Amino acid sequence: MSENFDVIIVGAGPAGSCAARKMAEAGLNVMVYDRRAELGTPVRCGEGINGNAEEVIGNIPHRAICARIIGGRIYAPNGRMLEADVTKTGQKGGYVLDRKVFDKWLAREAARAGAFIQANTLVTDLLVENGRITGVKGKRWGDPFEARAKAVVCATGAESRLGAQSGLKTHCSMQLVDTCIQYEMSDIEIEGQSDWEKFLHLWVGNKLAPRGYYWVFPKGDGSANVGIGIVPSNEREKSALYYHEKFLDSHPGLRNGRILEVKGGVVPVGGLMQDMVVDNFVLCGEAAHHVNAIHGGGIKEAIFSGRIAADVIIDCMQKNDLSKSALSMFNLRWWEERGRRLRSVEKVREVFEKMTDDDFNMLADAITAEDVFDLARGEKLSVLAKALMKQPGLLGLARHLI
Amino acid sequence: MKCGGCVAVCPFQALELVDFPEVDDRCTSCKICEWTCPVRAITVDK
Repeated sequence: MSENFDVIIVGAGPAGSCAARKMAEAGLNVMVYDRRAELGTPVRCGEGINGNAEEVIGNIPHRAICARIIGGRIYAPNGRMLEADVTKTGQKGGYVLDRKVFDKWLAREAARAGAFIQANTLVTDLLVENGRITGVKGKRWGDPFEARAKAVVCATGAESRLGAQSGLKTHCSMQLVDTCIQYEMSDIEIEGQSDWEKFLHLWVGNKLAPRGYYWVFPKGDGSANVGIGIVPSNEREKSALYYHEKFLDSHPGLRNGRILEVKGGVVPVGGLMQDMVVDNFVLCGEAAHHVNAIHGGGIKEAIFSGRIAADVIIDCMQKNDLSKSALSMFNLRWWEERGRRLRSVEKVREVFEKMTDDDFNMLADAITAEDVFDLARGEKLSVLAKALMKQPGLLGLARHLI
Repeated sequence: MKCGGCVAVCPFQALELVDFPEVDDRCTSCKICEWTCPVRAITVDK
């Protein structure tokens, strides 16, 4: 196989595979490298996705869907539950996926469009010649290799150092990440709810999950992803694991479940980058912090991000101009189509992070679960602002939103 | 779990996840990786 391509994509997650598919469909010679021996593993994700993602990627195959979800139940620190069944308002609902199947399906779709996919290939460095990125180098089956391309797309996720090699400021500060731990569990139940498997469940509160939330995402047949994301602190004993186990102890229906898989990770929940390109190089997906800062969901954002990157690179290839200036269209389009909305979501998160448990309890009386979902989409911030304005002590937070 | 969170948060890019997190000379013992690790599996003793 030739080691020269039009585009090399590093990372075969949703961003990388969706970008590869679109560029291959446009006739570009695309190679995707992934360090993992098996795409989709290890899972570091709650695996939830809004059903409207299918408008972009097509129908998700049944085998990749573990459970169909009609809405969410959100629990305030005082136990008050807000419920939204989005299907009642004509929306599609969502899915809890099997990422191991889903990611392979996306990669297969890219391959079907003509992209090359190479798993078990570790890209360690960008290849730089005469000051320009001309490809990548790394190890395949333990042997060093180099490959060249007119453009390199970094879709490696947040934990890779590759993006930083381009000179872009990719670092996630500790204040802008959630540290997460999740068990995939079977034989669980949520007490008093016979229909719990139809909803995503989210618990908020600073005692429970400091500056984050606890979740149960049903996966069918009495199983679920059960996890927590918190903003890390330097208090030695209080890890995500500590809060996770504490929550399980207080919920016998969960504690009595069986642990099938343990997953952990860090999710960027802020620090959106203004600049994500250099000459011949584009950063996208979670590597560029394209994550919803409220719920930490990144699958849909990665798909959008990868496809926008593909659009821009296809256009630049046609013009034979892959300079930073030409690729900057990615910055413009991403901010226009996704960034502004995600920035609004970030603002909501910034407010939530400053709220006490009493504030959350007050808010649960003032807004609905539908409002929360709107806020998580970066919409209707005024609803939250109005609710906050009713409390004199929260006027500053309301102002932050406005 | 080798989740890679430590690599993501290292301000000095001093960590690499091979079979286990390895720090290089850029590590300043800021301990952010320790605090971020979901299971507190890292001890920076440098």
